[in-house]
Amino acid sequence: MTQRKFALTLGPLLFNWPADVFADFYARIADEAPVDRVVIGENICSKRTHLYADAMVSAIERLQCGGKQVVLSSLAMVTLERERRAARKLFDQTSLEIEIDDLTLMNWVRPETPFSIGPLVNVYNEATLTFLAGKGARRFCLPPELPIASIGTLARAAAKAGAGVELFAYGRIPLAISGRCYHARIHGLSKDSCQFICEQDADGLSVRTLDGADFLAINGVQTLSHKYCNLIGDLDLLATAGVTSLRLSPHSGDFVAVTRAFAEVASGTLSPKQGLARLQQVAPERDYSNGFLFGACGAAALPAV
Amino acid sequence: MREKLELVCPAGTPAAFRAAIDAGAHTISCGFNDETNARNFPGLNFSREEMAQSIKYAHRKDAKVLIAINTFPRAGAFSRWSQAVDDAARLGTDAVILADLGLLDYASHRHPTLRLHLSVQAAAANADAIEFYAKSFGVRRVVLPRVLSVPEIAAINRKISVETEVFIFGGLCVMAEGRCSLSSYATGKSPNMNGACSPASHVEYREEAGELVSRLGGFAIHRSAAGAAAPYPTLCKGCFEAGDYRGHVFEDPASLDAASLIPQLAEAGVTALKIEGRQRSRAYTEAVVRSFRKALDDHAGGRPIIAGQLRDLTEGQQTTSGAYRKAWR
Repeated sequence: MTQRKFALTLGPLLFNWPADVFADFYARIADEAPVDRVVIGENICSKRTHLYADAMVSAIERLQCGGKQVVLSSLAMVTLERERRAARKLFDQTSLEIEIDDLTLMNWVRPETPFSIGPLVNVYNEATLTFLAGKGARRFCLPPELPIASIGTLARAAAKAGAGVELFAYGRIPLAISGRCYHARIHGLSKDSCQFICEQDADGLSVRTLDGADFLAINGVQTLSHKYCNLIGDLDLLATAGVTSLRLSPHSGDFVAVTRAFAEVASGTLSPKQGLARLQQVAPERDYSNGFLFGACGAAALPAV
Repeated sequence: MREKLELVCPAGTPAAFRAAIDAGAHTISCGFNDETNARNFPGLNFSREEMAQSIKYAHRKDAKVLIAINTFPRAGAFSRWSQAVDDAARLGTDAVILADLGLLDYASHRHPTLRLHLSVQAAAANADAIEFYAKSFGVRRVVLPRVLSVPEIAAINRKISVETEVFIFGGLCVMAEGRCSLSSYATGKSPNMNGACSPASHVEYREEAGELVSRLGGFAIHRSAAGAAAPYPTLCKGCFEAGDYRGHVFEDPASLDAASLIPQLAEAGVTALKIEGRQRSRAYTEAVVRSFRKALDDHAGGRPIIAGQLRDLTEGQQTTSGAYRKAWR
């Protein structure tokens, strides 16, 4: 296999999938997907954690047997006491790296145990990156709204600090997190008795404007973009900027095919145009965007290649 | 006499600054007129010279000044933000309100005696997060995110060693503050990077088929019957469709008025109450400050608080006590 320009990371599953779908998904990733790292664990809603706790143990084993580095995800927003306890407990073990998406967890990191910083932590400048690297952060998945100029500057600062920079390269873009659950709200339910209604929408529920234009997507307490971020045509630009790995965020459908398309474009066996065609074939209904990269607006459509 | 709560009021102009102090504000929060503050609107905020004069005015009247430098510095342009911190210290501010880790790190090293407050934009929503900022940078006060209930605030105050400040009146962020890119998704401008949410430069009102449609970055946010008041198209407060639901997907348009909760917030150990709205007019600031100063004095003197007096000033005339009474939990 040709040398790839990037490591590939499978981001945490953002959606509420049934336990058997969850297990099948990670089994296929373990056996077939050309990804180097897999970030696994609940990132959005602590109520979901127990739904697949058992499936997670076997998923981690299988991923490790498949040669993937397993990284534990953590909650994007820690508020409840049980969430604090669960977050703290992640640090009881040291064999798996932890990805921090809420600075609450910084209380428990140890400088000798490397950790990574997820895309929901506000790393906008070199000073912040250097501060976190000084505490032991070794990989930064940058906020998806950053333009390429900032990414380049941050990648240089990361290299100096002995850390790597990862970019969110595929999937609906995490845009906001709230204390309130929107799935519960629009179904007339309260958050505490939500009936796990978010399970109905494997990729989030689309939010349209009153003109009928697709706009956003809700996923429990999270709001995502309707469009899928897709940087498969921009890999040369990212390599030049010093990005060392790409994050692919899990969605329904043939996700192994998505990871293969990125792997093949990254190694040069597919052209960006062929890679995009492949992705369009895998999920013809998806709209793509790379707008954030160019500092205009995040929803800007992908230019024709 | 009960312990007095501190009333923190916003000011977007030197005139509003003086009006707020004259109306009884204990403390003024304000910012420089650039992208270093999260209310970066045209014609608003303070030049260095205006800030110097305003700080002098406040100190003559025994009031304090907090300078918000609470956007996230742009990569490659950090010095613009660190310069703002240096200037704030030089001008004799009583504290700076910061959100960015790098800037907090800078300020704590460069200005060890400068009092640091943690902005709501840092979204420190639990005791551990707050202790991290306190330990790492010597932060002395935290502005709490608007997602917490009164019992949650009380529980946090029992565990932490620093002061807390909470919002009492004004606009409400629906999303966790400082963790929202909805605006930049639609317009390219975000609160974190540019200090502006749903910026006016990207707003368009158009009459279509007898309805007034307000758009942000081309996305329809509201449709109202012609002649009806068209609300400003703040993205998260718009009307949308999701599944079978049609309406305010994220939040009903209401602004925060927690005047009636002043006793409970005091009981919960809160040090300061904050009014939102550096972008508001001088008359608005004056009316709100006067009303809340009276409420605080009544509370401190053991007299009942008369709430709901500011209804005419609130957006859409509807008010809510927000997450403080969590009806949606």
